[in-house]
Amino acid sequence: MLLQSPQRLFYGTALVVMFLLGVWTEGSGFIDEFLYYRGDITYLLGQHIELMLISGGLAITFAVPVGVLLSRPRFARVAEPAMQVLNIGQTIPTLAVLALSMTLLGIGRVPAIFALFVYTILPIARNTYAGIKAVPPHMKEAAAGMGMSATQMLFRVELPNALFVIFAGIRIALSVNVGTVPLAFLIGGGGLGELIFTGIALDRPVMMLAGAIPTAALAVVVDMVVAAVAFLTVPKGVNPLRNPA
Amino acid sequence: MIRIENLTKVFETPEGPVTAADHITMDVPDGEICILLGPSGCGKTTTLKMINRIIEPTSGRVSINDEDTTGMNTTDLRRSIGYVIQQIGLFPNMTIEENISVVPRLLGWDRKRTRERARELLDMVALDPSAFMGRYPGELSGGQQQRVGVIRALAADPPVLLMDEPFGAIDPINRAVIQDEFLRMQSELNKTILFVSHDIDEAIKMGDRIAIFRAGRLVQYDRPDDLLAHPKNDFVESFFGEDRALKRMQLARVRDVMEDDVPVVRHDDDLRRALELMDERGYHYAITLVNEHHQPVGMVMRSTAETRRGKCGEHYYGVDALAHLDDDLRKVASLMFSHDTTWLACVDEDGRLAGTLTQRGITRYLGATYRPQE
Ligand SMILES: Nc1ncnc2c1ncn2[C@@H]1O[C@H](COP(=O)(O)OP(=O)(O)OP(=O)(O)O)[C@@H](O)[C@H]1O
Ligand SMILES: [Mg+2]
Repeated sequence: MLLQSPQRLFYGTALVVMFLLGVWTEGSGFIDEFLYYRGDITYLLGQHIELMLISGGLAITFAVPVGVLLSRPRFARVAEPAMQVLNIGQTIPTLAVLALSMTLLGIGRVPAIFALFVYTILPIARNTYAGIKAVPPHMKEAAAGMGMSATQMLFRVELPNALFVIFAGIRIALSVNVGTVPLAFLIGGGGLGELIFTGIALDRPVMMLAGAIPTAALAVVVDMVVAAVAFLTVPKGVNPLRNPA
Repeated sequence: MIRIENLTKVFETPEGPVTAADHITMDVPDGEICILLGPSGCGKTTTLKMINRIIEPTSGRVSINDEDTTGMNTTDLRRSIGYVIQQIGLFPNMTIEENISVVPRLLGWDRKRTRERARELLDMVALDPSAFMGRYPGELSGGQQQRVGVIRALAADPPVLLMDEPFGAIDPINRAVIQDEFLRMQSELNKTILFVSHDIDEAIKMGDRIAIFRAGRLVQYDRPDDLLAHPKNDFVESFFGEDRALKRMQLARVRDVMEDDVPVVRHDDDLRRALELMDERGYHYAITLVNEHHQPVGMVMRSTAETRRGKCGEHYYGVDALAHLDDDLRKVASLMFSHDTTWLACVDEDGRLAGTLTQRGITRYLGATYRPQE
């Protein structure tokens, strides 16, 4: 029975482990100490979410049109080199981007948001471009042959068909974003990084975890939210989540 | 009418200019299906796409109903021309209803009218609207998608239809079914259709006219039967192959070839009467026996009539194969072979004798150059 469903075995084990962990943490006073940071957590979590939402929101509103523009025939010549640049940009470590941003804009929230924004643009623009480029030429020919203008084709055919790939880009981008937000603390941007880094510096693991656990939880929640939005907005006919083949 | 005059396309490629279509001139009369046929790369698709300006002609022009399309706004032009591409090109993000409604919506039809049109079209190709309207293309079989591709092109009732190998992607059995269905639709709709194909049998079956292309040039443009009977040159001749005569058999109907006005005998006629009639017509083989409804029930052989006495009703052989007026000669020939006979009685829809058909009659028909060359 158990062997037949490895998934159940996994969940069962996980439950037991969590229960034991719970017992242990309670016994060691971990929870009490953790709750001691409750005020900090809610305050910093707010900042954290704010950083993420502003930089992520800006990045989406900027990167999707950029991806779309690059996919237009008149940018065909610059599109591929631009993608190469974006790909290289993606390999620069996040910390380096933060440092560069700080040298440009000083310290505080603005450079933090800017750095996060830059880092979030890349996967979204790349996926938007690739998703639109992946729409088969014959489909576009059918659309043109039926008398759609370029704009009508973009909104009725190209974007709906690319939407799933675009959402995949947003998902990657936001998960990178949430994971990077703690670093914003290093340039005075605030957020849960404050607890994490201070905890490390003061060698207080519980303080560190008080920052790390909500960060991880937030990453999971954001991912789920994006997945849910994708599930609901990508047209059913091109939504692999809705019709698993 | 679609009038194509000196239509030419030269593609500039890194290897130099490629002339894909070279001064093509032809007229497609209203309500006819014109098949563009020829080997791969001969310029069929290029010619077709210059009509709705997916490809801009290098020179020459296309007029539709005496209106030169050169100056027309391309989106308006395209909305007035149905277009079916080989890959079908249904939009996977749209339901079947939405796919069919694309052009009506571009033309600003109201919701109700658009929806009714979609239903009507689905009915026309025997796809149940209540089951299919809300489905997505991915949930349809290849043949069903192909049908939707065709009715989508018909949605706004355009007078002209361009089809690029529309039935290319389906298996032969389904293809024949869709072809028949399409011909039935066309007999009611009377669209002016340009249809690219590389399948000779399809061309012969579907085409009112066939344009044979070779290396960007229009080699011959004629009715299928004329093409088969009078190929203009060796290229056309070899293109249709050694079995041209057999292909022509597909084009001829029993009603065109059979001998009508045939003598018959009834059950209570005397055998001597049968012999008399056969002598009169010079029949060496047999005479048809019909019942009171003039339906053929058998034949009285000459040898029987010569040697026996009595009524025809007592000395006949039953018929087990009949030709129908709209059967093509290929089917009839096949019937003759499988029933080991050189003679068939031909009947109308009510099963009444309309004439007879012999193997000699068929060979004479195919051998004759019965239409003067233009
Ligand atoms: N965009 C293009 N650029 C350059 N050459 C082209 C282009 N499109 C077509 N050609 C060339 O023009 C010629 C005619 O092509 P076309 O697509 O019209 O052939 P076709 O008769 O439709 O062939 P098939 O039966 O294989 O579809 C070919 O030699 C082809 O290589
Ligand atoms: Mg072609």
